[in-house]
Amino acid sequence: MKTGGPGMGRRAVQLPIIDGFLWLVRIGAIVVVVWGATQSLSSGRLSAEQWRNLVVVGITQGSVYALIALGYTMVYGVLRFINFAHGEVFMIGAMTGFFVTDALAETALWRDYVWAALAIALVCCMATSSIVAVLLERVAYRRLRGLPRLIPFITAIGASFFLQYAIAGLFGTQVNAYPNVEPLDGTLTPLGLFSIQRVHLLVIVAGLVMMAGLHLYIEKTKAGKAIRAVAEDQEIARLMGINVDRTIARVFAIGGALAGAAGLLFGLVFENVFFRTGFLPGIKAFTAAVLGGIGNIGGAVVGGLTLGSVESLGPSLVLAGYDIPAANQLKDVVAFSVLVLVLIFRPTGLLGERLGEERT
Amino acid sequence: MWTRRSVFVISLFTTLALVAAACAGDDDEEAATEEFEPGALGAVEVAPGDPILIGAHQAISGDTASLGTDQVRGIELAIADRGELLGHEIELQVEDDECAAEGGTTGAQRLVAEPQLVAVVGTSCSGAAVPAAEILSDEGIAMISSSNTSPGLTSDLEGTEGENHQDNYLRTAHNDIVQGQAAANFAFEELGAQTAATIHDGDPYTQGLATAFEASFTELGGEVIVATAVNKGDTDMRPVLTEVAAANPDMVFFPIFQPEADFIVAQSNEFPELEDTNKLMGADGLLSDTFIVLPDTENMYFSGPATPTGGEYQEFVEKYNDEYGEAPIQAFHAHAYDAANMLFDTIDAVAVEEEDGTLQIDRQALLDELYATSGFEGLTGTLTCDEFGDCADPSIDVVQNGEPEATIEDVRGNVLYNFKPEE
Amino acid sequence: MTTIPAAVAPVPVTDAGGLLPARQVDLRRGVRLGLIGGTTAVFVSAIGMVEDFSGREVLDELSLGTALLLAIPLVFGYMAGRPPAQLEGFAPTRPGWRSPVAGLMAGLLTGAVVAAFVALIINVNLREYFINITPALAEDEDGPRLLLYGRSLGPGLGLMLGLNAALAAAGAALHLLATRLRRAILAGVAWVTAFALLQPFVQQVLRGIRDELQIETGPLSRFLYRGDSLRIAAAVAVALAAVGLYLWTRRPGRIPLRTQVGRLPDRPRRLALGAGLLVALLVVGILPSVLGSFLSEVLGVAGIFVLMALGLNIVVGYAGLLDLGYVAFFAVGAYITAILTSPTGGLEAGWTFWAAVPFVLLAAAAAGLLVGTPVLRMRGDYLAIVTLGFGEIARILFLSDWLAPTFGGAQGIKRIPDIVIGPFEIRGPQAFLYPLLVLILLAAYVSYALQNSRIGRAWMAMREDESVAEAVGVNIVAAKLSAFIVGAILAGLGGALFATKIGSIFPNSFDIIVSITVLVVVIAGGMASVPGVILGAVVLVGLPELLREFEDYRFLIYGTLLIFMMLRRPEGFIPSRRRAQELHEADIEQDAWVRARAEGGADGAVGSTASGG
Repeated sequence: MKTGGPGMGRRAVQLPIIDGFLWLVRIGAIVVVVWGATQSLSSGRLSAEQWRNLVVVGITQGSVYALIALGYTMVYGVLRFINFAHGEVFMIGAMTGFFVTDALAETALWRDYVWAALAIALVCCMATSSIVAVLLERVAYRRLRGLPRLIPFITAIGASFFLQYAIAGLFGTQVNAYPNVEPLDGTLTPLGLFSIQRVHLLVIVAGLVMMAGLHLYIEKTKAGKAIRAVAEDQEIARLMGINVDRTIARVFAIGGALAGAAGLLFGLVFENVFFRTGFLPGIKAFTAAVLGGIGNIGGAVVGGLTLGSVESLGPSLVLAGYDIPAANQLKDVVAFSVLVLVLIFRPTGLLGERLGEERT
Repeated sequence: MWTRRSVFVISLFTTLALVAAACAGDDDEEAATEEFEPGALGAVEVAPGDPILIGAHQAISGDTASLGTDQVRGIELAIADRGELLGHEIELQVEDDECAAEGGTTGAQRLVAEPQLVAVVGTSCSGAAVPAAEILSDEGIAMISSSNTSPGLTSDLEGTEGENHQDNYLRTAHNDIVQGQAAANFAFEELGAQTAATIHDGDPYTQGLATAFEASFTELGGEVIVATAVNKGDTDMRPVLTEVAAANPDMVFFPIFQPEADFIVAQSNEFPELEDTNKLMGADGLLSDTFIVLPDTENMYFSGPATPTGGEYQEFVEKYNDEYGEAPIQAFHAHAYDAANMLFDTIDAVAVEEEDGTLQIDRQALLDELYATSGFEGLTGTLTCDEFGDCADPSIDVVQNGEPEATIEDVRGNVLYNFKPEE
Repeated sequence: MTTIPAAVAPVPVTDAGGLLPARQVDLRRGVRLGLIGGTTAVFVSAIGMVEDFSGREVLDELSLGTALLLAIPLVFGYMAGRPPAQLEGFAPTRPGWRSPVAGLMAGLLTGAVVAAFVALIINVNLREYFINITPALAEDEDGPRLLLYGRSLGPGLGLMLGLNAALAAAGAALHLLATRLRRAILAGVAWVTAFALLQPFVQQVLRGIRDELQIETGPLSRFLYRGDSLRIAAAVAVALAAVGLYLWTRRPGRIPLRTQVGRLPDRPRRLALGAGLLVALLVVGILPSVLGSFLSEVLGVAGIFVLMALGLNIVVGYAGLLDLGYVAFFAVGAYITAILTSPTGGLEAGWTFWAAVPFVLLAAAAAGLLVGTPVLRMRGDYLAIVTLGFGEIARILFLSDWLAPTFGGAQGIKRIPDIVIGPFEIRGPQAFLYPLLVLILLAAYVSYALQNSRIGRAWMAMREDESVAEAVGVNIVAAKLSAFIVGAILAGLGGALFATKIGSIFPNSFDIIVSITVLVVVIAGGMASVPGVILGAVVLVGLPELLREFEDYRFLIYGTLLIFMMLRRPEGFIPSRRRAQELHEADIEQDAWVRARAEGGADGAVGSTASGG
């Protein structure tokens, strides 16, 4: 865990061949990306506006990833444990959003005060996801603290499957369509620079607000201080009179609430949820968290936005330059390759690890 | 009262006498035949009172459960309509093909473990059919699929055997090539499209159909300017749609499934080039009531096997409704019904009844007779098998989701174009 | 019973003459378990399990669905009545009235929760959202009313409460019996359950014995089963036989067979071993024909997972490297075999299987190296996501239109020929078992050999603590890469066999779910334990094929099992001794104390396994 700079230097001497190989990979990757990008940009296949749209799309998708990634990263920062089931917590939020909006869609409230209805849905989603996350911690994870890391991680994989198929069993496997939200239809053109779907703008703004709120919470409140203290050292935090169990439960609650909000936003953008909605975005958000530097809140945001942009731009920008057919089929290949490359360049992610220490 | 009853009794006796006479006549014929000698593939011996065992190898679990369940129901209704076959009940053993090669293998092994198995109606998915046909072929067991459409299982319809054709394999579903032609003809000739884009989702069915469309469309003189793909599980289709929109094709053919298709239609209206839903065309996988209610599917086209018309089919649908409490859930129930009936007729023709009432069904004779099927009148048309086992009377409809609030029946009925390959 | 040291209650400081008073069965625990049991019963009903299972009769006219409902109070009652494990410094717990009372409370509460659920679904229509809460559960007047055992509301609820209470109390009362007798009864229950659930398997084996060995087994088959379900008389017979067998094999003073053979003089011992080997060979020889094509097929599928799990066991179990993309190597093996042997694949090579094998090994090793090198410096958590990424990359590349000219894309590769060994063509599931068995034996041998080798010790040191291992001179780079390569080769061979077995491969056979399944097999079977991994594959992959009722709930059960195993028994079904020690150091100390007091009979899985052997 604490292999820092000097260790790396020693190993570098030890492993000239491997390091040479890794350098080759790095240089090769840069050459491939630059050449591909030049080719596709010069081919003029896509107009400037289309490129701009791809960027916006990437940022929207990235915002959803980032919101989910925050949950991974907070839990990791405090417990050094990856809650693999977090994607399912997100899915449960999206499902709750469906049930609430579906029930409200027939009412006068939806017709006259749709924002109030959405606020109700938001509260329900955040509450449900939060409760599920806390229960998960209580039932499955709490007793495993302090055991080898593999054990809670595997428990989390089990929890992920359990939640997915429990939802499938309880509510069925069909795809549920969100009702339409009229004020979110159509596009805006802020400052005349680019056009953006209203719903995308909502996602980005909501995402930014929540991330900023979380930052303030962690930095400025007493509870946030407790979380940082527990992240530093559980034993010392306990001696300082901090209730560690409650603090950890709070971390899960906040991560769950953010995932619930992300679930509702996902539902509003893509209008569809079903029991497997959480699996792929969960894995992607996990990837985003690692990409940005897991345990680092800023890293989750950076990682999410990077991953979203890479997915939407990568195939068209790099692969299309090589005339690869059906380049977008390979977007996950691009996304995971970027992850591997980033970790080769920076083994602890774009912004490095840690939750509290460096910023205080 | 009395008279009516006596009329009834008299007619009953007459009927019985006639039946007895008919049976006696049969007996005479049987007695004239030589001692039964099984052919090269062996024979199934059905003792008096034992049922005739038929397998159904269909996708009945997972995402594709409705596809297989619909066909199992078609077979069950065929059995119910038939009652008894040569004095034996018909028993159905249902196995799951999981719509994958693994399930095709396991289910086929389960079926061949039954020595009394006469034939199999299945599989649902072409990927499952490849290994299943091989396993059943080793045992000489005939297999009739009612929803495989891959050309590799039969032929390219121009005389070249498909790479996976087995000599025990037949089907009552159309060949992908026919649907490809239908969709391409409609796009090129009816809509006047010169350029097209195809999108598949990595599923063998959708990729095969997209390829068949491209071949036919190119042959007609059009050009497929983008042939691309999405992944199952994708939600954000904008990058793919950007690629398609940049090429600005006259139409987009995406024969994929839900939920990915939902995202495609919902997001394509953000692109001025694709806003017009008259440019979008899906296939039978999307002809479902959860898809056509989506607001962005209005005016979209769909190609798919034609819904049979005629009174017999209406009767069949009524029976289906009575039995299962819902309208047919997928497109291939009638094909399954036809496959089962074609099989029963053939068994009826080749089975030899021995003096003690034992039924001998020779496997080779059954296969030969199945391949020789000609002019079989089924719900889906007049079926005639070619030398590679394609038996369908293919008829492909292109329908349009014409008006808001249309039900799936309305859409299926709104036929703009019908295609039948020339003989 | 507490297994996890962190959860051990703080020790009271009062001293009572050397030993603290015995810890008692906690009645509050009965209440809690009752509530959990009731929730479990409601949950299995609401996801449709009870109704799905009600179609299959398992014991006379008792359906599997009802059996499931009845098993819940039994199990939770047993758990509620279990006396606490003996701790250092405490007097041993004597069995007493508290056990059945705790069980009774658990049962009553389980029943009460179910009754509340019945009241809810009768009065409120939840079906709009909970699609599996059907009228068949309790509402339908003419229906099966599964939760009420077919009775009308009042009598049904009474019967349900009574049965729950009685069964839970009975389960708890088992703890009043002597340990040996209690375990014998548990063995009887287990055997009856196995005979009832595995009816297709038992009947097929009996049929196979009849056909192949000309031993008339028909009467036995008819004695055991009526239709699909076990007869009551047969159940009693099986239970008695199992109890008898248990008591006899564990009679006091009996010397285990292995010790007996070991004590023989040299010559007879060799003879005995030779005879044993001969019998084993004979069994293996006739097994496929006795099993018939379908059971052989199931065994073949499970066998491929055994092979993969043995490989992953080296990566995860020995070296502690969590690989979530293990399917990539399996896919590489399958695809390399396919393109080299299929006459219609992208290369149209049409080689024999044997000509392709060296390339499979090379490609798998190369893939292992490719995945292993970039992740050398990554810690466990990073490793997991990166390997998962590699798994997805492999699947998508094999699926892609881009590489379709070589790998067939969505249409896969077909017409992969069977293996030919000399004059024999390995065709059909029965013949397939032999090459599979040879490879599994090879893999098991490699696993054992590596475990006790220098590199094996290096892996285990690395698993414990990478930094410490490096500090004491373990070459981490070599250790990691070799683990990846050995694991990749075993998975690649598994893939090669899979390709020839199934004859056609499609990219969707190499989904991430395969990686997860193999991981579950390794974890549940017992990390770093070869027999555990083999048992895990047979139970977790083979059984669901036989018990088709469970097929729809496979992943739910996998998930539950993973959580349960990690919480209760992280060392797996058959633990590796060393691994169990690592996980239960505190328990072992406890055990040592208890044993030193010569009390014996410390109940509970952990205590007995950690100290067993």
